[in-house]
Amino acid sequence: MSSIKGAAVRFEKVQKSYDGENLVVKDLNLDIAPGEFLTMLGPSGSGKTTCLMMLAGFEPATHGEIFLNDKPINNVPPYKRGIGMVFQNYALFPHMSVAENLAFPLQIRKMNKADQEAKVKRALEMVELGAFGNRRPAQLSGGQQQRVAVARALVFDPELVLMDEPLGALDKQLREQMQYEIKHIHENLGVSVVYVTHDQTEALTMSDRVAVFEDGRIQQLSPPNVLYESPKNSFVAQFIGENNKLSGTVTAINGDVCEVKLDDGTMLKAEVVNVSKVGERTLISLRPERVEFDDPSKQENVVEGKILEILYLGDHLRVVMSVCGNPEFIVKVRNRGQTRPMKAGETHKIGWAAHDCKALDSVQ
Amino acid sequence: MVDQTASNSQLQAQDNVSLLTTHDGQPLKKSLAKALRREKLRALLLIAPLLLFIFLTFILPIADMLMRSVENDIVSNTLPQAVVELQAWDPQSGELPPESAYVALAADLKIAVKEKIHTRLGSRLNYDKAGMSGLFRKTGREMRKFDDNQPAKDQFISFDKDWGEIETFTVIRRLSPNYTDSYFLSSVDRERTSLGVQMKPENEQIYIKLFIRTIMMSILITLSCVLLGYPVAYLLATLPTKSSNMLLILVLLPFWTSLLVRTSAWKVLLQQQGVINDLLVWIGIIADDNRLVMINNMTGTIIAMTHILLPFMILPLYSVMKTISPSFVRASKSMGATDWTTFWKIYFPNTIPGIGAGSILVFILAIGYYITPELVGGTSGVFISNRIAYHISSSLNWGLAAALGAILLFLVLALYWVYDRIVGIDNVKLG
Repeated sequence: MSSIKGAAVRFEKVQKSYDGENLVVKDLNLDIAPGEFLTMLGPSGSGKTTCLMMLAGFEPATHGEIFLNDKPINNVPPYKRGIGMVFQNYALFPHMSVAENLAFPLQIRKMNKADQEAKVKRALEMVELGAFGNRRPAQLSGGQQQRVAVARALVFDPELVLMDEPLGALDKQLREQMQYEIKHIHENLGVSVVYVTHDQTEALTMSDRVAVFEDGRIQQLSPPNVLYESPKNSFVAQFIGENNKLSGTVTAINGDVCEVKLDDGTMLKAEVVNVSKVGERTLISLRPERVEFDDPSKQENVVEGKILEILYLGDHLRVVMSVCGNPEFIVKVRNRGQTRPMKAGETHKIGWAAHDCKALDSVQ
Repeated sequence: MVDQTASNSQLQAQDNVSLLTTHDGQPLKKSLAKALRREKLRALLLIAPLLLFIFLTFILPIADMLMRSVENDIVSNTLPQAVVELQAWDPQSGELPPESAYVALAADLKIAVKEKIHTRLGSRLNYDKAGMSGLFRKTGREMRKFDDNQPAKDQFISFDKDWGEIETFTVIRRLSPNYTDSYFLSSVDRERTSLGVQMKPENEQIYIKLFIRTIMMSILITLSCVLLGYPVAYLLATLPTKSSNMLLILVLLPFWTSLLVRTSAWKVLLQQQGVINDLLVWIGIIADDNRLVMINNMTGTIIAMTHILLPFMILPLYSVMKTISPSFVRASKSMGATDWTTFWKIYFPNTIPGIGAGSILVFILAIGYYITPELVGGTSGVFISNRIAYHISSSLNWGLAAALGAILLFLVLALYWVYDRIVGIDNVKLG
């Protein structure tokens, strides 16, 4: 199974409307490289599942063309596309045993019995369920069912596997474990994977690239670290990870750093992302873990805030502060083992580097 | 000392394993049962009125009806002395019963005539031998002239020469026990003659044929309900809720109109001068002198009953199909299965519980259906239930009606058992 080359997928100017009045997908252009793990991430209703369904062939594209290995597939029925698929509710056939479920795509391909059995056995071993072939899906736990679903989507050696929120129904611990397993399977097999989720942690841990969907468009398509470190706009910044928002007006731009006058009068230095001229409204986005709490004096931006609440979370302290008119300013303070003499109600100085806060569009 | 304590605590631990107790030392099971007793009692009290109602209106009448199929105390009640005398007489001897039997018969009949119950006995005996009804009516009229001082035998024979026939007394003697299988024998077209149990003459055999016809037609109706109902249920289950609710109301619409109206509507549609025939003649598919006969025969019964029972097939099918996730179909197609393979290998097997539930419902309702075959079935399309109704309301042979009903009941139970064996009753889902 390890010799498979992943498939290349290309969306070209794809649009989709269900009712003829609203576009669910607006002008989608996307290139997926062979063997890539691409995640479509977005809130519900952002069009990501629709894209997946169009790729699988269950929904026709209203406009545009989808290519699989450079062949247009708009008019190819789903059963001829040869794309493996994992569903949110597993979709294991309840009237068949686990082994029969896995053998089903092989039977359809008229593979002989001995090869079928060998392949099913290998696929089951891959997901560490070798002894469960004779069970019915209902006799398995959620995590086991999910593994069977993954094995079934891979057993017929597809070049492309689609996963539609496959871990949504599992509890947190199991979900994390399955994330690694799916990632390892992907690395070992080399298939292309298109993964749909609304869980950003999942997207960040598993993917080669993440496409953030909102309102039928891809807002940003980047590797996970870029997505987190350099969000292109305020939607992405807010959707990926936690962030503090401060709104103000641009007063000066010097290369990639700009000066911003916040609504309460504070002046800050921030990295220019998508502001272009002086006088523009902007939203400054700042990650809670980038705020220096203990020794802020050396930072480019230093402000004073009032501590409202301190939450102890073991590895870090979560301090809610009122900073520059934002009463929900969050600071993550690393737990270094020392006790800090601070109480709610006190004021405290904090600071951060100019490159850690991004001046983004204020549309949101 | 230490050892002993150790073994003691071990024993206690063993005890704890074998018999769990509550803190005050009562066995846990007993304590639990006590705690649950109140709950159970409450539950029982809640359903008690319904239970009583069902017992009085359903179980008792059925038991009474079943009893009637074997009960036969009318002979021994009406002719108590004669029955005793006839027991001593051997019908095989070729001789008429002795004088004492006739004397006893006279005594019994005098009382019976006074109480006017002799005609009822006559009609009962008439089921087994034609002419008995007339014999008893005639003798009843003549009993006024009966003289105790004259020989009884001669007087009886002078009333009616049938009293000189051995066969008359054989029948009375045969039916004198309190329980009889004669109703059941008639139900399966058999009778007890001097040669033992035999088939009735060809022209009197009706019930076995009727039973077979009832079952065959019920199967046909069930099959056509599956064929017609399956696509409808599929449509209902796959359409968006808004339109499927509308369609569901249409499916249930027949329940809002009277059964009689619906059946009569079929009469209007199907008769030879009816809408369908007119239409076919007008289009030119059939000739005017060659109109189809679609009513007052099997065709009429099957069409009308399929229509009436269709909702009972569609509803369980719909509720089962509703639970089949659309992702099954998608998963199957993504694995390369064509539409047909997906339907046959994935969708259809998952709907079998619904087909099973619908078929059982339709079949059991069909096999006991009465009003529709009565109205549109003519003679060739009637069911066994129509015969039962005839015996209850027209011929007043309740014993035979009860026996036919009992056979029908056991037939349904037997089929249910077979079904359970083949399909498994656990595979039936009503929703």
